[in-house]
Amino acid sequence: MSLIRAENISFVYSTGTSFEKKALDNVSFEIEKGEFVGIIGHTGSGKSTLIQLLNGLLKPTEGNIFFDEKNIWDEPKKIRNIRFRVGMVFQYPEYQLFEETVYKDIAFGPHNMGLDDDETDKRIHKAAEFVGLREDQLLVSPFELSGGEKRRAAIAGVIAMDPDVLILDEPTAGLDPLGREALLSQIVDYHRVRKNTVLLVSHSMEDIARIADRILVMSHGKKIALDTTENVFSKGDELEKIGLQVPQVTRIMQMLKKKGFNVDTSVLTVEQGFNEILNCLSGV
Amino acid sequence: MVREITLGQYLPGKSPIHRMDPRSKILLLITYIVVIFLCKNFVSLLLMSLFSILIILLTGISFLKYLKSLRMIIFVIIITGILNLFYGSGDVLCELWILKITTGGIYNALFVIVRITILMMVSAVLTYTTSPTDLTDGLERLMKPLTIFHVKVHEIALMMTIALRFIPVLLEETDKIMNAQKARGADMESGNVFQRVKALTPVLIPLFVSSFRRANDLAMAMECRCYNGGKNKTRMKVLRFSKIDLAASIISVVIFAAVIFTNTIFQPVI
Repeated sequence: MSLIRAENISFVYSTGTSFEKKALDNVSFEIEKGEFVGIIGHTGSGKSTLIQLLNGLLKPTEGNIFFDEKNIWDEPKKIRNIRFRVGMVFQYPEYQLFEETVYKDIAFGPHNMGLDDDETDKRIHKAAEFVGLREDQLLVSPFELSGGEKRRAAIAGVIAMDPDVLILDEPTAGLDPLGREALLSQIVDYHRVRKNTVLLVSHSMEDIARIADRILVMSHGKKIALDTTENVFSKGDELEKIGLQVPQVTRIMQMLKKKGFNVDTSVLTVEQGFNEILNCLSGV
Repeated sequence: MVREITLGQYLPGKSPIHRMDPRSKILLLITYIVVIFLCKNFVSLLLMSLFSILIILLTGISFLKYLKSLRMIIFVIIITGILNLFYGSGDVLCELWILKITTGGIYNALFVIVRITILMMVSAVLTYTTSPTDLTDGLERLMKPLTIFHVKVHEIALMMTIALRFIPVLLEETDKIMNAQKARGADMESGNVFQRVKALTPVLIPLFVSSFRRANDLAMAMECRCYNGGKNKTRMKVLRFSKIDLAASIISVVIFAAVIFTNTIFQPVI
């Protein structure tokens, strides 16, 4: 039984006006509980629209979305409950901070859920720990934090709602390499500890290759593939056709293979690539 | 939700009206408004209405768009029309308590309705056919004589341009922040007025913060390029009074003169 099931969903912006634009075209897929799914696609491929449909911020023009086998738009009045269960971290989430203290800002989601103060407090501390915010940082104004810390605070605000699915839209955009690494490993930890479903939109093939179980490839509003990471990246030519690339190390392997070296082209990380080349050379 | 509000009304095109100099458009519109209120009888009003329809047709923009420009003030038109029914002298047609409908009142109402309608539609011609930058450019040039009274014309025009330029940016930003807060369970659609206003805080604060950040960035960028206002500033697009402007001005002046002439020879009805 799948956790999220999209059935032939299409979405059109500004229907009936001259600005009408089809952002999603007949997309269907299923996502299982506990999966880590990467979503890749060019700018304007419909990724952002897709994830906003999944947590009910947008309503599909056609088709249905099922969460836990229940159509999320069956009861439009209760759509908020879906938003609590499908947590969404937008691009540059630091711009949504508004409270006097980081603590209060993280509490915004849990409060809206109607949780009591004890539970909220517990969740805030846990969420802060997950994203690596110090206890003393909870009591300062979010506007005093550095850019990276602000982003952590904003992500904590979503994690504190303890959603079954966590969707992150380019969480590492604009961070320095160290910040990226730290944030990514925290997301991976979160996924491992909570065993929640995570959907990660990213432009970095390297990041996706390293941490995703499966990858959803989007292009021009259509689903191109939803397959395991190895299978998706083994089709480098097809990805290139829609303006995407495979991770650098995979590309090197594919080039080596073309040159006649007997290497495995499904390699996704630098370590695997290193070992593969070593094996190949010692085999020769 | 926010996306559907259109504030920038400019509809690009290549019609003669589009190609006119914004200064002549603004000046002719002002004259047009004066003349419309000078109309005193049906002949002159008809003349002005036909002239308005001619202008609207010349823009090549669908008539529906102009009707939409009326949507906002339809109630104003109806209410002023009804009020005017009861003001006026002449033969009493019917009497309700202290309210009297007279022939003069009917004429008044009719004139007011026609005047406001064509006035709104022709004003829409200006905003539909002139890009915001051209519009502020034209205004700046027209207001230039005011500099002798130490009015900072260039600064006013610059502020207008920047404000117009950032409306779509801010709308998009509002949309994003609203979505982000809704994703955290913010409820902006239910509750009474006070609850709704309070529910806007999580949207307004980030919006203010980012507006100030943007303003700061923009000011910094302008400083870095040594922007120092209107003095000795040259323009990429120089406004020019072309043949179209000349033709438009002559036609308008002829029609305005004809309107005033018919006013004098025919009996005024209001």
